Amino acid sequence: MRIALFVTCLADTLFPQAAVATVRLLERLGHEVVFPEGQTCCGQMHVNTGYQAEALPLVRRHVRTFEPYDVVVAPSGSCVGSVRHQHAMVARRAGDERLAGRAEAVGRRTYELSEFLVDVLGVTDVGAYYPHRVTYHPTCHSLRMLRVGDRPLRLLRQVRGLDLVELPQGEQCCGFGGTFAVKNADTSTAMLADKLRHVLSTGADVCTAGDASCLMHIGGGLSRLRTGVRTVHLAEILAATESSGPAGPAERTAVTA
Amino acid sequence: MSRTFLGMPATAPRGVGHLRGDEPFPAAARRGLADPQLRRNLGHATTTIRAKSGAVIRELPDWEQLRAAGSAIKADVLARLPELLEQLEAAVTAAGGTVHWAADAVAANRIVTDLVAATGSDRVIKVKSMATQEIGLNEALEAAGITAVETDLAELIVQLGEDRPSHILVPAIHRNRAEIREIFLRAMPGVDPGLTDDPAALAAAARRYLRQTFLTTPVAVSGANFAVAETGTLAVVESEGNGRMCVTLPETLITVMGVEKVVPTWRDLEVFLQLLPRASTGERMNPYTSMWTGVTPGDGPQAFHLVLLDNGRSAVLADEVGRQALHCIRCSACLNVCPVYERAGGHAYGSVYPGPIGAVLSPQLTGVADNASLPYASTLCGACYDACPVKINIPELLVHLRDRAPHPRAEAAAMAAAAYVMDRPALYAAAQRGARLSRLAGRRGRGLPPPLSGWTIGRDLPQPPPRTFREWWARR
Repeated sequence: MRIALFVTCLADTLFPQAAVATVRLLERLGHEVVFPEGQTCCGQMHVNTGYQAEALPLVRRHVRTFEPYDVVVAPSGSCVGSVRHQHAMVARRAGDERLAGRAEAVGRRTYELSEFLVDVLGVTDVGAYYPHRVTYHPTCHSLRMLRVGDRPLRLLRQVRGLDLVELPQGEQCCGFGGTFAVKNADTSTAMLADKLRHVLSTGADVCTAGDASCLMHIGGGLSRLRTGVRTVHLAEILAATESSGPAGPAERTAVTA
Repeated sequence: MSRTFLGMPATAPRGVGHLRGDEPFPAAARRGLADPQLRRNLGHATTTIRAKSGAVIRELPDWEQLRAAGSAIKADVLARLPELLEQLEAAVTAAGGTVHWAADAVAANRIVTDLVAATGSDRVIKVKSMATQEIGLNEALEAAGITAVETDLAELIVQLGEDRPSHILVPAIHRNRAEIREIFLRAMPGVDPGLTDDPAALAAAARRYLRQTFLTTPVAVSGANFAVAETGTLAVVESEGNGRMCVTLPETLITVMGVEKVVPTWRDLEVFLQLLPRASTGERMNPYTSMWTGVTPGDGPQAFHLVLLDNGRSAVLADEVGRQALHCIRCSACLNVCPVYERAGGHAYGSVYPGPIGAVLSPQLTGVADNASLPYASTLCGACYDACPVKINIPELLVHLRDRAPHPRAEAAAMAAAAYVMDRPALYAAAQRGARLSRLAGRRGRGLPPPLSGWTIGRDLPQPPPRTFREWWARR
């Protein structure tokens, strides 16, 4: 299958290892991955911060870029949620019904990685090997906008060597929320503190999720407290094998200083 | 039929009522976040209610159909509100009641104050009511020399403590029993000075005080959960029985009701009386459901007045996306699942309507400029939408209102610049390479300019990767 990678601006810029892992994983499963270079950002930050007019050209660009492809896959529940649930709305608000229809068509062909693997490719064992104790945080948009359900867990359970531990109160938001994290930094940090407490209670070495944004938040907190617990995108775990070693350029945690 | 356009409906007036806070949400939230008692109480209470509510909701195989029905009935009500209100007025009037129309809080307060004054009573007993808190009725009555006594136990605690409610259903959720004892000893008339903080003793003290008040006060003021247009029946749903006392014992009953509370038919109550208790308190059936239709000679209040309150609701109705906030049946399920509410507490929202529903309702009632920080008081996690028994898409509404909110000038400039760059891939790639966040930030990001500096109060910045994905792709 020929798959267009919707990399997301965050993974492209700050977490390329998640996107590289997505490419390697899909190629390992026998598919062709293409990267439409006209893509930049889906506009979610603009929409969710109250700038729908500014998001309109980004929606138009996204639709134009991905329209030629039968299947679009992104390593993010949040960005796929935006494409599916917000792009047509932004177009309609601007009075562009034609764009809205095109956006809906692209949205129907756009999948979050775990959805694509389980629902479209019909696989749960992707041949991965990851010998670590791992806990999974279901990100809000993958959980409640996309309803990915237990798909990521079904994938993780098939990873050889992986010790999966349940995250208590996993369905509570980590407190990221895009610009919420800076506009309401105190409340955001209070939510993060509880999330970190639960992550640490599992004794996991690694906290994983399907969104680089939430992992940036959780990882930023784990790093600040010098917990030694790393955040790793679901794609990186699924891409790892006995022979490949860690995926992506320079495996690392979200640490500065 | 010819129609005359009278301009946009007015929002709730300033200077009266409790729909606006004194400071923006982020600042007000800091106090709640720093209050260990509040954090503990809210954490415990919301966890308990969530579990209880979830359990009784799972018992119903048709819960999703009930939600859809509740949502559809409310959408129908809003689509033909004027017609239903006139039908309600006719039915209430035919049953011996009197209907008053209040355009806003000022008008409603004046109507109620005049009605109480006309009875000659200088005291009223009150059923727990969000609408009368919204309009600041107690303060208006006090200014006219009339004492309003809250009879809901938690509202009584809030009133005696000269405090503000912090939860729609559990207004004193932020208080513990030691504080309640102290409030009762200080402010409850005739209280036993030997009162302990035993919950049963506290409840008994309130009962003694309230019983005396019920028996000696000739006027009651209530809100309404529902009003049935076809029969003119009003309904109040509560769990203590104090509301039942108020709507049956006095000679005069005055009900203040937001116009959106009307439902078309008696049968529609079937849906809401299943949805409300399960979503709200986690009960299968509501304990005290009081219904009355006008006046009945020799039974109950002999004078009944219904005050229909707009106070910005027509302005909400005029917004086709925003109007779904008027579906709200005040169950507070969205508060109980909201991770922001659970930590910041109800007072942070400024308005009497806290939590996710408050964040979408208050700015619409007042005009978004007067509550501009509230639509941003959410991570858009979506838990509120899943919990709402009438399917209000609160995340969608928050995004909708953010688009209408006044934006800080620097933020607007940054957003416009970002959109400009992101619509030009070459420029975007250059920006990715050039403006790596860490270079702006310095060691540990402490040098970030506001508002980005908010990130580093509790979180490290990610280390920028050696190359972006598109650079890796180009070289592979």
